[in-house]
Amino acid sequence: MYIVVVGGGKVGYYLAKELLDAGHELVILEKNGARARQIADELGSIVLNRDGCEGKHLAEAGANRASIVAAVTGDDEDNLVVCQMAKHHFDVPRTIARVNNPQNEELFRHLGVDEIISPTRMVLSSIEQDIPVHELLHIAQLKSGEFDLVEAQISDGSPAVGRKPTDIALPEGSSLFLLLRGNNVQPIRADTVFQVGDKVLAVSRAGEEGQRSLRRELIGETEQIGDAALTR
Amino acid sequence: MRAVIIGCGRVGAGVAERLAREGHDVTIVDISTEAFNRLEPDFPGQAIRADGTDEDVLRRVGTEGADYFFALTEGDNRNAFAAELAAETFGVKNVVAKINDPVRAEAFTMLGLSTICRTRLMVDALARCAGLPGDPGAMGVREAEGHHDHHDGGSPALQVER
Repeated sequence: MYIVVVGGGKVGYYLAKELLDAGHELVILEKNGARARQIADELGSIVLNRDGCEGKHLAEAGANRASIVAAVTGDDEDNLVVCQMAKHHFDVPRTIARVNNPQNEELFRHLGVDEIISPTRMVLSSIEQDIPVHELLHIAQLKSGEFDLVEAQISDGSPAVGRKPTDIALPEGSSLFLLLRGNNVQPIRADTVFQVGDKVLAVSRAGEEGQRSLRRELIGETEQIGDAALTR
Repeated sequence: MRAVIIGCGRVGAGVAERLAREGHDVTIVDISTEAFNRLEPDFPGQAIRADGTDEDVLRRVGTEGADYFFALTEGDNRNAFAAELAAETFGVKNVVAKINDPVRAEAFTMLGLSTICRTRLMVDALARCAGLPGDPGAMGVREAEGHHDHHDGGSPALQVER
């Protein structure tokens, strides 16, 4: 597979290294001359000392025959421009962008970037996993963000306590599949009865609506408790 | 009329002054406070120090509901990015990005952004000055030609609720 990597920072460098080891053909575009030489010393002549944001440089790198263009510079705006050029000018089937500001993810997706990698989001989710919150915990995105893998903690007061999966009205597109109870992990069966302390892994359609009803079924109306307290 | 301008260089400051003196409500944003020295001391608009490629910043400076949005920083990609946010996320109708690289300017025009390309404007002006025929495509702002290739096939601005 032919892959064009734009940005030869730490991410670009190690990405290229792994891909080369896996037997792929690739080129790195790195605009900083010293950095480009450094990578060439390590990985061989797979580096073009060019700014990958410019169309003619992408052309020179053979973007028109690339299966994937991965934009992994430290600047969101550069990564977006690279992917847009790749997608719309060179008809690259798959574009991947590193996004630093998680708020930009939606814009990237909307403008046709196929795959979004957000280091900030990843660290954030790792931190959130350590904080006990009565929220759906976001674990991963599936199908380019169409679905979310989430975890729900069943605590005291949850409407799911003592009920079976078949008694729970799940929103469209979501399903419960794994139960974390004590030190065990088990698939959720039709006769599983939820208990306080269970953690449930579920897949849910991305977006507020589906997740709100999933949260209501598994965790309870945490928001309304807050509202009621406010109106008192 | 309300205008948001990103980048207080000579062009940004100049257009901000002109619009504000005409009585328009102008907000100009730059990441450097020193850049605002280019504005007259009695500049009648607002000058805000912030990163104009950040969605939160654009929301705070009132991009939503602005009539005009001009992205005029030194960086072509920053301008394209800010302009995409203004057009897609905040639904601003009149958005112009300054793109000095003619190839990229052309590309973004095809992708649905209106652009202004200093290089092309100057090349054309000087070529005319030397008696060559002008290039009509180089004049003024190039209106967006293509449309964004939305997944949903439509064009309404992104619905962002926070």
